[in-house]
Amino acid sequence: MTRIAANGAPEVESGIESPGDLQRLLDEQAYLADEGLATAGFLALRMRRPLFLEGEAGVGKTALAKALAAVLGAPLIRLQCYEGLDAAQALYDWDFPRQLLHLRAAEAAGVADVDRLEGELYDRRFLLARPLLQALETVPSVLLVDEIDRADDEFEAFLLEVLSDFTISVPELGTVRAEVPPVVVVTSNRTREVHDALKRRCLYHWLEHPSYEREVAIIRRRLPGAAERLASQVARAAQQLRAQPAGGALLKPPGVAESLDWTEALVALGARELDPATAAVTLGAVLKYREDQERVVKNGLAALIDGG
Amino acid sequence: MRDGTETIIGFARTVRAAGGPADTERVQAMLGALDHLDVLDPADVYWAGRFTLCADPEDIARYDRCFAAYFGGRTARSGRRVPPPAVRRHMVVPSPRTSAGEERATDVRLATASGVEVLRNRDVAKLNAAERAEVNRLIALLAAAAEQRRSRRFEPAAGGRLDPARTIREVLRRGGEISALRHRAHRTRPRRVVLLIDVSGSMSPYADALLRFAHAAARAGGRGVEVFSAGTRLTRLTRELRHRDPDTAMAAASAAIPDWSGGTRLGEELREFLDRFGQRGLARGAVVVIASDGWERGDAGLLGAQMARLHRLAHRVVWANPHKARPGYEPLAAGMAAALPYIDDFTSGHSLGALEDLARLIGGAPSAAKPPPTRSGGRGGSSPLEERSANARRA
Repeated sequence: MTRIAANGAPEVESGIESPGDLQRLLDEQAYLADEGLATAGFLALRMRRPLFLEGEAGVGKTALAKALAAVLGAPLIRLQCYEGLDAAQALYDWDFPRQLLHLRAAEAAGVADVDRLEGELYDRRFLLARPLLQALETVPSVLLVDEIDRADDEFEAFLLEVLSDFTISVPELGTVRAEVPPVVVVTSNRTREVHDALKRRCLYHWLEHPSYEREVAIIRRRLPGAAERLASQVARAAQQLRAQPAGGALLKPPGVAESLDWTEALVALGARELDPATAAVTLGAVLKYREDQERVVKNGLAALIDGG
Repeated sequence: MRDGTETIIGFARTVRAAGGPADTERVQAMLGALDHLDVLDPADVYWAGRFTLCADPEDIARYDRCFAAYFGGRTARSGRRVPPPAVRRHMVVPSPRTSAGEERATDVRLATASGVEVLRNRDVAKLNAAERAEVNRLIALLAAAAEQRRSRRFEPAAGGRLDPARTIREVLRRGGEISALRHRAHRTRPRRVVLLIDVSGSMSPYADALLRFAHAAARAGGRGVEVFSAGTRLTRLTRELRHRDPDTAMAAASAAIPDWSGGTRLGEELREFLDRFGQRGLARGAVVVIASDGWERGDAGLLGAQMARLHRLAHRVVWANPHKARPGYEPLAAGMAAALPYIDDFTSGHSLGALEDLARLIGGAPSAAKPPPTRSGGRGGSSPLEERSANARRA
């Protein structure tokens, strides 16, 4: 039986008395959260309820988990989901080679007591903690379950079990319980409907693309090297690409992540402002489909920049 | 706080009456959230409810309406101000009461094997009420299981990779003696099936049967089956069709479809499907079935381009066109012609027999139907259709 010595919530959290406090602390980590997201994060800390974030790719779902970890001074434990993710990769696994070695050693030493041997074999030191178990054993910690929609039903079932009472039972060993549950952020891109039972356990938040003003602020905050004019031009162009440009919607409209990549590329080229020539050579940082690039170039890059 | 709690519960009831997922556990969560926030601050109440009483981006607009109605001006006590949406039945749903007497009556009429055989090949648009009920009953029995793919998960196997967990357990049972190695291999799982059903005016004689087929497939395939209706607006019907009872599911689906018997803008619908669902993963590696006559009112070029996108994402694209069964049918409708190069299997789906065939196609088996006029050879032959789709794949 593994128990974790823990003495209440970490101290940093006692300084967070309102959503506004969290917003300010996130801002210090260069993450600009709006009122809704700050409230969601605040409740996730206070209620220790997992935060289920959905939204377009690149709106800052994963970045929030990173920023929260930085605010709390806690390690970020990340579990990237994929199809076929199983208990051995998400919860725990036994260290089989070491177990075998131990068996051989015991045999060589002439230990014949099978019960004793079994007790030794399924000891905590032979247990490899995978992200979910790690998160329960680490206080404080932020657990990021990234892109849950990529995992399958079986994984959801055992994630639900872990998230509902923050315990993991290892049949050979006993129950591992988190004295202070980790802060959990679950993200989804909605490629698949996640089971209602899991969502019910969480605080649900849908993240929108930021407004123009906020996007400028985010770019300026994250990339202090970018000139103000460049930041506002990139943000305006990104807003336009997200709206319906002439010729219909893009296959993949850019998220904030792409705006940041684009600005970074432009800064690296020494651009002080966006002009059609630099935009043309850096378009690959913001549009990731050939069809999208062709359409935007056909409509004229100048139109994108002038705000026409 | 007592009054506050009552107000919140009344609000939750309003959200539930409007169709939101406001069950007891969620309401508890909302009250729990408000313990940490200011219950007198409307913004805090708004967010506490939005995080707990919504489970979908689609829920948010409804939630906003309920919030405005409930807290905006009229602070209703009872919370029953928003009536539940009336279920409009757009189509003829056969009586759900299959009482023993009725059942026997149809059985007597259709019990002979030849009777079923005749019915099997009758166009569903030309059935009378009793025949339709019988066909619906038979459609409900169709289990369109999808073809298998290799899963990332393992199962015990006679050979293959070593299974350390089972090997160790075996060693332990023998007191440390390594006597036999255990192995494991990848499991197979059914592919995802996505059905897009055209419910526009020109398809209305067939839409009911096709939706029933989709329901049967969803019942058989569980969470691996997704159903959408297309016409002028794309509607996801997966949730509605999850009811066990076909008639309840059909009523729920028809209430959810806003564009019943309208026009067709298949190209735009398909683009919306790919933008919102398909490209993110729903169509990836899936068997996608489009049931439509391909009479596109919009730009056929757009449909072609979207079909090309779909074909790149999906494992296989099956198109069911009920008009295909008509003698002398040629895929001349502009939309159909534009879509053809990107179709792996082209079938009809106009009768019970054709739907059985469609179920076989979804399962990856070759069509049992006799080769239609447009496909001179069978599967594997070099019909013009297959040549074209092969070219498209090469391109």
